[in-house]
Amino acid sequence: MSKFITILEGLDRRWIFLAMAISVAGPILIIGITGKTLPETPTPAARAVYSEIEKLPVGTPVLIAFDFDPASGGELTPMATSLVHQCAARGLRMVFIALWPLGPQLIDETIRRVILADYPNLKEGIDYVNVGFQSGNEAVMKVMLTDFAKAFPITKNGTAVGDVVALKGIQRASDFPLLVEVCAGYPGAKEWIQYVISSSGGKIKMVTGCTGVQTPQLYPYYPVQLNGMLGAIKGAAEYESLVNSSLAPKDSSAAIPAKYLEAQRRMGPQLGAHLLMVGLIILGNIAFFAQRKSKVRATS
Amino acid sequence: MKPSKTWVIIVAVIVVLVGIRMSIGQGMARAYVERVDQSVDVKANATHVATTFKWTEWHPVQPKMYEAAQKADANQTRFAFSWANTIGLWLSAFFTLAIFSFLYRDNPGYRLAEAVIIGVSAAYWGVVGFWDTLVPKLFGALTPMLVHEKVLPSLPDPTMGQVVAMYFALALGIMLLMRLAPKGGWISLWPIAFIIGVTAGLKIVSHVESDLVAQTVATFQPLVNLKSADHVTQLWPTIWASLANILLVVGVLCCLTYFFFSVDHKGAVGRVARVGIMYLMITFGAAFGFTVMGRVALLAARVEFLFDDWLWLIDPAGKRIVEMATAVGSMLCWW
Repeated sequence: MSKFITILEGLDRRWIFLAMAISVAGPILIIGITGKTLPETPTPAARAVYSEIEKLPVGTPVLIAFDFDPASGGELTPMATSLVHQCAARGLRMVFIALWPLGPQLIDETIRRVILADYPNLKEGIDYVNVGFQSGNEAVMKVMLTDFAKAFPITKNGTAVGDVVALKGIQRASDFPLLVEVCAGYPGAKEWIQYVISSSGGKIKMVTGCTGVQTPQLYPYYPVQLNGMLGAIKGAAEYESLVNSSLAPKDSSAAIPAKYLEAQRRMGPQLGAHLLMVGLIILGNIAFFAQRKSKVRATS
Repeated sequence: MKPSKTWVIIVAVIVVLVGIRMSIGQGMARAYVERVDQSVDVKANATHVATTFKWTEWHPVQPKMYEAAQKADANQTRFAFSWANTIGLWLSAFFTLAIFSFLYRDNPGYRLAEAVIIGVSAAYWGVVGFWDTLVPKLFGALTPMLVHEKVLPSLPDPTMGQVVAMYFALALGIMLLMRLAPKGGWISLWPIAFIIGVTAGLKIVSHVESDLVAQTVATFQPLVNLKSADHVTQLWPTIWASLANILLVVGVLCCLTYFFFSVDHKGAVGRVARVGIMYLMITFGAAFGFTVMGRVALLAARVEFLFDDWLWLIDPAGKRIVEMATAVGSMLCWW
């Protein structure tokens, strides 16, 4: 036992990195080859996101903000894909905006992956529009509250917003009954709550998908100021399973496309990595208490 | 510090495995594109004859589409192998591995990747700042004719208020740059004071509204939360909902007590503050757990990229014709 404790005390941290790499890579290989994913039970926060979108009538305009960049894509792309998937299936009018400069490219990528691939009947400029990026962070949000066209005068393609059919009847942010925010930091969901949701007097509802780092900071806003929330990849996997089960084709033998299983696939490596973490914490504590005990013995 | 023999062996095994992967099956890490011819008719106005502009776009496609097209017609020109995208794929894999290599120790590969990230980010921000901020906002307001003619024909004409505001912003911007001048650096304090004043004004109102008032309201929860369905009170849902509210209210009061330093944390106050510390510790634990989850998700995404797009070991999206299980199986057999 004492030898084992000595090894633990002098363990090179690179062995831990290697163990982490194996615990993540192993499940990815297994899930990648077998195609099996872990089952998910949606929590109330994920169910709330789904029901807020589902209760909107067909053709309702929805403001979808992509406030993240590829650095957070591993966590947020799966939830962005599923959110657009549900909105497209529901027949909502999707107005995409970004307050992060790389947001418009990620919007285009999601449109290509979901709308153009699976909903070719939806027309750009009529059923959905990528309004693009606008610099100014909170200032843009404040301007949107009074005049949407002033905050976003032209779309990403250079069309004046007044000429876009998808934006017909949209004067200000409160004309959108729902704001769907996918965010990785500043400006993000917190700023939307502070500058838009609080000032709208309850006219706009908001659901968000955010990174793991942001999740504890945003939980206090749920469910009063934030109507639904997808926290990290776990929230994404729960919501993904919910959307997939509701949109599953009548013929249950048809496989769900891999792009709609991205979050659920990433829960395998999560399991491996978390088991390793728990094991390491237990081992660390054993080593700590053994060391303390031996010190007490030595002094007495 | 010299790398130990064990680590050299581990790296060598990985390199050999990648080499084997390159030589078996369909190989790995190749990108293909589809030729898409585009055209658009442009007319300056109704009386002008339309001019047709034509160009070719190359869209990324899955390898299986190229393979299928080649099988049907070996001389087809619609799909092609893309050197540019393939090099991009290899660079992406190289930089991913270079960044990971820091976990072993600092090395030139990591430093190169770091320098490239910083350089590319700085250049990208510069370009975005010019085209998305200066051109539409500043030049669009001060030289609208030029911007309409050369860059953004659909940009709405600025109002007099916007023009005046932009002259003001331009003056503040120039004053801010005075910080770089050898003399007159104090001039930059004025725009800094303006920025701080405006930001504080915006933030104070929103924080009081959304965080202080709204969060206080959200904390006032009934300690007994009756849950009923069809006019019948449900026992367990009521118990759980009431327990959640009690935990919330007790937690808020205990944490506030912990941060109340005007009274010594002794006796009853000390015990309440101790409960507050426990709540804080649980909060930090939850935050740590979520952070780990986030980082592991990012790691999984990169590893998935290496296995799927680069090594072609797995194929969850069915991008390639050859079953990846076969590729992995043949690799294991070789091993």
